[in-house]
Amino acid sequence: MAKPGLDGHDRGIKVIARALRDAGMEVIYTGLRQTPEQVVSAAVQEDVDAIGLSILSGAHMTLFPRVVELARQEGLDDVIIFGGGIIPDEDIPLLKALGVTEVFTPGARMEDIVKFIQGRSRRAAVIATETPERVE
Amino acid sequence: MSTADLTNRLEEAEREWEEQTLNPMLERSPENKERFTTVSLTPVERLYTPNSLPDFDYEAESGFPGQPPYTRGIHATGYRGKLWTMRQFAGFGSAFDTNLRFKYLLEHGQTGLSVAFDLPTLMGFDSDHPFSEGEVGKCGVAISSLADMEVLFDGIPLESVTTSMTINAPASMILAMFLGVAEKQGADWKKLGGTLQNDILKEYIAQKEWIYPPRQAMRLIVDTIEFCTKEVPHFNPVSISGYHIREAGSTALQELAFTLRDGIEYVQYAINHGMDVDDFAPRLSFFFNSHNDFLEEIAKYRAARRIWYRVMKDRFGARNPRSWALRFHTQTAGVSLTAQQPLNNIVRVAIQALAGVLGGTQSLHTDAYDEALALPSDEAALIALRTQQIIAHESGVTNTVDPLGGSYFIEKLTRDMEEGAMEYFRKIDDFGGMVEAIDAGFPQREIQESSYQYQLAVDSKDKIIVGVNEYVMKDQPMGVPLLQIDESTAELQAERLKKLRVERNSARVQNTLKALADGARAGHNTMPLLLDCVREYATLGEMCDALRPVLGEYQEPMF
Repeated sequence: MAKPGLDGHDRGIKVIARALRDAGMEVIYTGLRQTPEQVVSAAVQEDVDAIGLSILSGAHMTLFPRVVELARQEGLDDVIIFGGGIIPDEDIPLLKALGVTEVFTPGARMEDIVKFIQGRSRRAAVIATETPERVE
Repeated sequence: MSTADLTNRLEEAEREWEEQTLNPMLERSPENKERFTTVSLTPVERLYTPNSLPDFDYEAESGFPGQPPYTRGIHATGYRGKLWTMRQFAGFGSAFDTNLRFKYLLEHGQTGLSVAFDLPTLMGFDSDHPFSEGEVGKCGVAISSLADMEVLFDGIPLESVTTSMTINAPASMILAMFLGVAEKQGADWKKLGGTLQNDILKEYIAQKEWIYPPRQAMRLIVDTIEFCTKEVPHFNPVSISGYHIREAGSTALQELAFTLRDGIEYVQYAINHGMDVDDFAPRLSFFFNSHNDFLEEIAKYRAARRIWYRVMKDRFGARNPRSWALRFHTQTAGVSLTAQQPLNNIVRVAIQALAGVLGGTQSLHTDAYDEALALPSDEAALIALRTQQIIAHESGVTNTVDPLGGSYFIEKLTRDMEEGAMEYFRKIDDFGGMVEAIDAGFPQREIQESSYQYQLAVDSKDKIIVGVNEYVMKDQPMGVPLLQIDESTAELQAERLKKLRVERNSARVQNTLKALADGARAGHNTMPLLLDCVREYATLGEMCDALRPVLGEYQEPMF
């Protein structure tokens, strides 16, 4: 999970990071203000299944595609890249065409984001079947 | 009957009511939920009566408006003499774009300006810095030097309008630019009114826009307080802000407690620097959020005034009544706006704005309905302003002072808010102060926990958000035109900065920047040194960079 760019709004990403952990996934949060290079380098080092990006400042059309491009250059072809934030509907098809797998906008449920990753990532799916259902 | 007899009689009456009227009703028709809570997930009782307020002392807890403890407001006449200032936060694109928006808002009856800066400016980077790519002019106006600030206020006489500037880590640099423009306009600094947000503590706690570490940043803030007290006496040098704490997911109580405790920290640091509390405290102002839970918000504002009065008088020994009176700005809760069915946000904003007014705010920003999607369009910004005007002139709530004072529920909530805040003060004092509590991650963790609990309540539909988890419409029927900001501002800014660097006197710029670093190292007040830099057109990034080796840089801790 990463916050590229200068945006400091980290409420959403921290809530999602916790929801993913509670669903049994191993989550690495890079912290604020990571360059796309730093995000991809962390993804390579940690051998991740998925990269989640959050931007609320309007810079997503610059920064999301850059992360995708660098990830592909590093050979992370099977790593899913998804994002969220304040993203106008009309930008979503453009982002998907540029290689972003899914975009979650305000109102998305934590459970749906968890299911999305479980459905897409083989490792997360294995963890999900091995982890007993949590009782809150 | 004596007071004690009356209390006993009322308690008995309430028990009788429960047996004879309530219980049969509950049997016939049970309530919808077992537990009713505010948006902060604080439990709310079915009914409040005088029994909910044992030992209520009107004079000590409520008093009269304009008098301690200021629960009912800081003005004896409420809004009957003067309405709140309608101050809409605006900024986008270049200084040219925002200057036009300011003039548009002033023409339509807005009474004060409020500047939103873009992220590079908020972080102390020039528009042409590599980190600024993709962010220039996106969520505020791009300001890299005095030249941009001159454009921003072109044709707006600064003596005749009050100006609020939402800037924190590089607040003293931006204040120097503002004073530089005033100087060029021939305005008298002694007549300038307005507010600098300049509240770095809530940046570490919530908004996360920092440059220097907390103790060094506190020093820059004390410099601005000291400088403004002498040179710009009608300007509020710090606006102690709960807004961002709430947006980050805190409860209403946490917003109240952390904000007022931040205020205590600033007062303590200024006193430690040798200042007299009554010289600067009258110019401290506050900034709170107004969220959806109408009555909880009103109680929060009333409690804030009462707590601040007691803190200033008892903790700091302030003698000037103006030091005791908490003045505040309110903004409706951006986080409560939904991207789904965006016109519904007009209703949310109206309710939240009304809470701010019934809470006795001194100024108000109403969010535009399209802000969950983009920066406000002209039309959306105008409706937001009109919302305030309708409350002011049509709703009737301004006719009398603190109309909800005396409501059993409001008074009980106000009392609970005060007690809860005092409990947080004790915890933070135990860390050694707010700076130490921030080092330990205490307020940050409290907020994270609250935001997660709230999200769980939304996901489980314990909390309903209309159009989001209930009353959802598959096809969005209410498309709205959005303000688009392209990369042209970044290009314009790059050109302007290139030209600026060629035209200014480089040797003089370097000298003033060196004097700034040297002076900061020697412990001098940085404000006069920053003004020298600004007058030579040193850029924001250059000034911030000059202080990095002296003050250090903040690294985000992981919690």
